[in-house]
Amino acid sequence: MTTAPERAVEQRDELGEPSDLRPGGQVGRPVLRYGGDARTSGAQRFVADLRFPGSLQVALVTVPVGCADVLGVDTAAARAIPGVVDVVTAADLPSPMPRFGVSHTDRPVLADGRVNYHGEAVAAVVAETLDAAQAAARAVVVDYRELPGVYTLDAALADGAHLVQDPSIRPGHALAGTNVLEDAHYAWGDIEAEEARTDVVVENDYTFPMVTHFPIEPGGTVVVPTDQGGLDVYSPVQHPYLLQRTIASVIGLPLNQVRVFAPDPGGGFGGKQNPKLEPLIAFLALRTRRACRIVLSLEETFQSMRRAGCRMTARTGFTRDGELTFHRVTADFQIGAYADVAPRVMGKGSYVAAGPYRIPGVRIDARAVMTNTTPSTAFRGFGSPQVSWAMESQLDAGARELGLDGLEIRRRNLVLKGEAFVRGESAAEADGEWHQALEKAAELIGWGTPLPPDRGRGIAVGIKPGATSGLSQSLVRLLCDGSAIVYAGTSDMGQGARTLWQQIVADELGADLDRVSVVSGDTGTVPFDLQTSASRSTVFMGSAVLEACKDVRQRVLELYAESTGVPAEQLGERAGVLITPDGEVSLPEAARQALGSLRGEFIGQGTRRLRGKSKHPLGGDAAFYEFNATAIEVEVDRETGELLLTRHVTVSDVGTELNPLQVVSQDEGAAIMGLGHSQMEQLLLDEHGRIRNLGALDYRIPTFKDVPLELVSAAVENHDGPGPYGSKGISEGALLCTAGALGSAVADATGVVIRDLPLTPERVWTALHASETPVTPSP
Amino acid sequence: MTIHDHLVDDDLQTVTLNVNGSERTVAVPAHRTLLDGLRDEVGLPGTKSCCAEGECGACTVLLDGKAVNSCLVLCVEAEGHEVTTVEGLSADGLTDLQEEFLNAGAVQCGFCIPGQVVSAEYLLRTNPSPDEAEIREALSGNLCRCAGYQRIVRAVQATAVRRCAQ
Repeated sequence: MTTAPERAVEQRDELGEPSDLRPGGQVGRPVLRYGGDARTSGAQRFVADLRFPGSLQVALVTVPVGCADVLGVDTAAARAIPGVVDVVTAADLPSPMPRFGVSHTDRPVLADGRVNYHGEAVAAVVAETLDAAQAAARAVVVDYRELPGVYTLDAALADGAHLVQDPSIRPGHALAGTNVLEDAHYAWGDIEAEEARTDVVVENDYTFPMVTHFPIEPGGTVVVPTDQGGLDVYSPVQHPYLLQRTIASVIGLPLNQVRVFAPDPGGGFGGKQNPKLEPLIAFLALRTRRACRIVLSLEETFQSMRRAGCRMTARTGFTRDGELTFHRVTADFQIGAYADVAPRVMGKGSYVAAGPYRIPGVRIDARAVMTNTTPSTAFRGFGSPQVSWAMESQLDAGARELGLDGLEIRRRNLVLKGEAFVRGESAAEADGEWHQALEKAAELIGWGTPLPPDRGRGIAVGIKPGATSGLSQSLVRLLCDGSAIVYAGTSDMGQGARTLWQQIVADELGADLDRVSVVSGDTGTVPFDLQTSASRSTVFMGSAVLEACKDVRQRVLELYAESTGVPAEQLGERAGVLITPDGEVSLPEAARQALGSLRGEFIGQGTRRLRGKSKHPLGGDAAFYEFNATAIEVEVDRETGELLLTRHVTVSDVGTELNPLQVVSQDEGAAIMGLGHSQMEQLLLDEHGRIRNLGALDYRIPTFKDVPLELVSAAVENHDGPGPYGSKGISEGALLCTAGALGSAVADATGVVIRDLPLTPERVWTALHASETPVTPSP
Repeated sequence: MTIHDHLVDDDLQTVTLNVNGSERTVAVPAHRTLLDGLRDEVGLPGTKSCCAEGECGACTVLLDGKAVNSCLVLCVEAEGHEVTTVEGLSADGLTDLQEEFLNAGAVQCGFCIPGQVVSAEYLLRTNPSPDEAEIREALSGNLCRCAGYQRIVRAVQATAVRRCAQ
């Protein structure tokens, strides 16, 4: 069986409907996951499963505080342990300490005299066995002096606060000397005039917690020195080409001497995008001239990636009719000790901080504030879930004042297709029929029907800009027997990218699905792809694969003409076939005839490049917007504060479902992940900047028991996306506004509004009891 | 005896494990978990390691037919017991359960799936017709960050229907 039975995707509109684009084709069908057999049988090899005979094991040395000066590192005892090959400190690395980073070149390969967050390595032990490496890491004695690190937004923004960043990183920068790494400001319209004509104003503060990615695969890296003086780097990364460039740059090697193998990440969610420990392991491999391997613990993974927390203040105006007049919002993103991609999370998130609404006057002021904490990075949704929490809650606050409900206030303000929701120099317009998603979500949740006591419903919408620039390239080889190989650099971390390439090539070249294979995860053989992020791959890489197939067809046509003597002008081609004066020939058959007895193959190349705009704050217009409407019905237990989600509906504007089974998997997954930061997840720090809930025992993520009683994923398909067959990216939509929908539902059920996430039982119970404090009777 | 002798346990124990029906003798320190023994000594990396503290279920195996977190069992404790890993379940090709995981779209990144499959297999062997609440309860120790939970529940339900029809 290659496709799923219909019951697997019964919620979808009309199963296989997009196949009308390609009658009898694979695109649009619930084709089963490429590589699925290995993923279920245990045969899939993740990085920790790869074996490198004779490799050395690496363990890291840290200090038990979040901010400290390193006064000395005594490695003698560690070196004496049998099996220890090397103990490397900052002094053993090039001077000045090599640094790297995607937005600022600020992150040292090893802590350079200063520890800036808990878990930052000050030394690395390399040993013949993991036991020896770990024992030696414990035996390294670090003399350090704790510094008054800043672990909260308030501490970081206080006068005279400890500066997280080394001042030499951005000399002369306007914000140098503060903990604000970057800020972003977006404004349009005449706010004062709009406020003057406003009937109702709501102003509130909101917080969104720091949360961690918690991939079930903690990850790791192996670096193998090659006989040619280069390095083979194995790391389950989303951006193998970025890692290649980073290693080459830090070490000083040409790109062709650094070959990155990226085994499929066992969950990425943004956390496995940017280089972290790989440069260190590369230096260790060069020093020891041996393969060096590290497999992280889950605790170490917690200490290497997280989402930025956010504190927002929003002031929002409405007319008596419920139309938005103005929106002012400030958003402080709590980023970590190094920039990573956090400034872009702040900038791109705050760009849509006014939501997908028609608002005449807007002012958005956002800051990326550094603290002595785990560097925050990309995380599904980027900065959108944070700002959406405030915006959607404000809409409901306005609705309550005006006597409208959550659906009606959104109906009155949501932009129509083609209408701008960001105005001014870098405007953005709705690129989908977003009202359809809103209405569908309302219908599926049963909006307006009566509810029993302590139950409530909420509805919210969210948007996220897709990728704005970058290059994706693909090669497709059509072999003489009609089978095909696709080379596409997208990392398949669960979204199922390879399945889509297989479907596209099967249709475009007329090949059987099971005769199309995909090569990825190797910078030595697969052409450049900027990155696997921002739900860009379907649109960018999918278009490149499609173009490569067209290129193959053209080459088949040309050689067919040459081989058969039929003039090329009399030949034509379309998906899967060559059109000859004598009728249509399947493309594999035409290829076989064209190649003749000497055999051979055809190679097609496809490129999708979006150049971007240098003056655009996002680096260019988004190729598409992800839009989602979520509606939640919740039952609140007043005794315990626990929330029981009785129904959860997510509707995304997907353009075209290339594979409905994969769309529903991604959509449901995003929805439940959104419940994590909405209901239970938050990183808690102690006064030394250490994560208190470090690990799976104390940090809760959604389990089977947290899945709503009914979870309904549906889609809007208008075939209006920029990707193949009218597709759009879809992998983040369902978590953009989960929190807003849940908060609204809790308020509907209880009358109590909570503005801080997550909505834990304790927080809900506390809010309920505070609201029930008896009012002193008037005399 | 120096302090270092306490830091690295070189005292190896010889342990004979019955894994997937075959006897395997390994020499491991007493503190070596069954999880690491299976992965590193026996050479069966299908069982995955995540939290290493019994919270995530990625390392689930059958010990004498019962689902356990292999990170909480020592190799020396497993001696004389029958261990079945995901590789053992799949020895003759994909099982009906594994097929239904794929059919339901339950497999995304795949890292948790071996543990899910073993836990679900244990459930179906002990309760051939579980209802949804029982499935959720039985699998609640297996985390999936891709959150394919609803899909996995369907896969287990579909397998139960298939098995009951046989």
